[in-house]
Amino acid sequence: MAVIRDMMPVFELFQPASVEDATALLREHGDQAWVMAGGLDSFDWFKDRVKRPAVVVDLGGIETLKGITATANGLEIGAMTPLTEVVEHPEVRERYGLLSEAAALVASPQIRNQGTIGGNNTQDTRCWYYRDGWTCYRAGGNICYADTPTSMNREHAIFGADRCVAVNPSDTAPALIALDAKMVFQTADGERVVDAEDYFIGPSIDIMRMTVLKPGDLLTKIRIPSTWAGAKFYFEKVRDREVWDFPLVNVASAMRVSGSTIDDARVAVNGTAPYPMRLVAVEDAVRGASQSEATAELAGEVAVRGARPLRQNAYKVPLMRNLVKRSIRGEA
Amino acid sequence: MPDIEITEAIDSGVSRRNFIKGVIAAGAAVGSANYMFRGVGAIFAQPTSPGAVERLITLTVNGQQRRVDVMKQETLAMTLRYKLGLTGTKLGCDRSECGACTVLIDEVPHYSCSILTQSVRGRDVRTIEGLAHEDGSLHPVQQAVVDEQGFQCAFCMTGFVMSAVGYLQKNENPTRAELAHGLSGNLCRCADYDKILTTMERAAENMRQA
Repeated sequence: MAVIRDMMPVFELFQPASVEDATALLREHGDQAWVMAGGLDSFDWFKDRVKRPAVVVDLGGIETLKGITATANGLEIGAMTPLTEVVEHPEVRERYGLLSEAAALVASPQIRNQGTIGGNNTQDTRCWYYRDGWTCYRAGGNICYADTPTSMNREHAIFGADRCVAVNPSDTAPALIALDAKMVFQTADGERVVDAEDYFIGPSIDIMRMTVLKPGDLLTKIRIPSTWAGAKFYFEKVRDREVWDFPLVNVASAMRVSGSTIDDARVAVNGTAPYPMRLVAVEDAVRGASQSEATAELAGEVAVRGARPLRQNAYKVPLMRNLVKRSIRGEA
Repeated sequence: MPDIEITEAIDSGVSRRNFIKGVIAAGAAVGSANYMFRGVGAIFAQPTSPGAVERLITLTVNGQQRRVDVMKQETLAMTLRYKLGLTGTKLGCDRSECGACTVLIDEVPHYSCSILTQSVRGRDVRTIEGLAHEDGSLHPVQQAVVDEQGFQCAFCMTGFVMSAVGYLQKNENPTRAELAHGLSGNLCRCADYDKILTTMERAAENMRQA
């Protein structure tokens, strides 16, 4: 329950109109600068006074980062495109419905009208100890408050823990992974493109970051190849309330089915690890198999193999198993 | 004491009197040399970074041009309530978690507590105060609230009404379930949801007939 205080702490604000101006500002101000997209992640930090950047670079004025365009080989989505636009875009709806479904379940209508798809994928974890300003590993300290025998960790990870047990809270991330999206970003050395599943990093790579972006980098575009356009999609998000809440666990899958045989599949889940997990073992298990109850059951079992629950999140194991099973079955 | 004639030193077209009139009292930086001498201010000119923002801005609120001094970290809710006197927009959680602060920006519902005022320059802001017509007659959604006796304490009301206006302008004939989904970004602690939905179904009907 947040404490309402007075205004946010003072910061210098820049609203550049181009990516070049934005990156120049980030270079100029270095570690004093904070990048803001829709603001729905940033303001929580500022209002709680946990983070007090001297400079905020607001990307909201960069028109070239907004919009969805069809390309020769798929779709290109600007990182600053609001989620509502992603949900409602006819091309996304018709051919890449998985992303439309996922984006439609994020937070609440007003947040979707302002929050961006780039921000949804670059957002920080919501571990309440971390967000409350406790100096844990992720905050540069030497302890994890969520991974103790008395911690409140019902929303934390069952996979991928490496000192930090927080989870990635994004709903569009697993959908982008299932669609084999590419993340395009600007660095000091020019433009780089990585597969969506490589955009997210775990604590073993850098415990203080959720994504591959380093300070000064900017996510500019998300490219979705037409490979999985029109495939059979399944998305489900399980959360405490039907609105606002981040996923406890969610699943996104894209499958090519001919007759009753699964020719190929891509399956990803989130809310289970510090990064969205692409379930390669599940994909290998179902490829070539028939889309049957037995295959779905097997997929679920394979998915949760190796899970290591914490004190309060053991429920995530059957939850993840059942969500993966449903996604292979193609229905709830 | 000899009379001292005070002459206008500014030829930018902004006299001291008009300047003061133009700025709402609270927070006005009248004494700031930078603002006073803007017209002849070549000697005060400072190189600005691209994307630098000024504090004195003009907002379009409910169809009116409002000049206001806005701090960089100020949210739209704060500006509306404490500088423009538009207190119909409420602060419930200040964390984009309740919807009481909902306003329309370019006819799209937003949480005004979670957007910087500096981000809505050049966009149309519409608050609850801007719904009724000039002759005082109510907006169809407002009329529905009156007719159906919607809301109890009504702290959430203005947020719900703005959300409903924004939603119904896009989907004029929703089912009750669709309406609930469209209004899902607003909370009511009095738990008047059932009556609120009935009210907004009536509102949809009023808007279809308008």
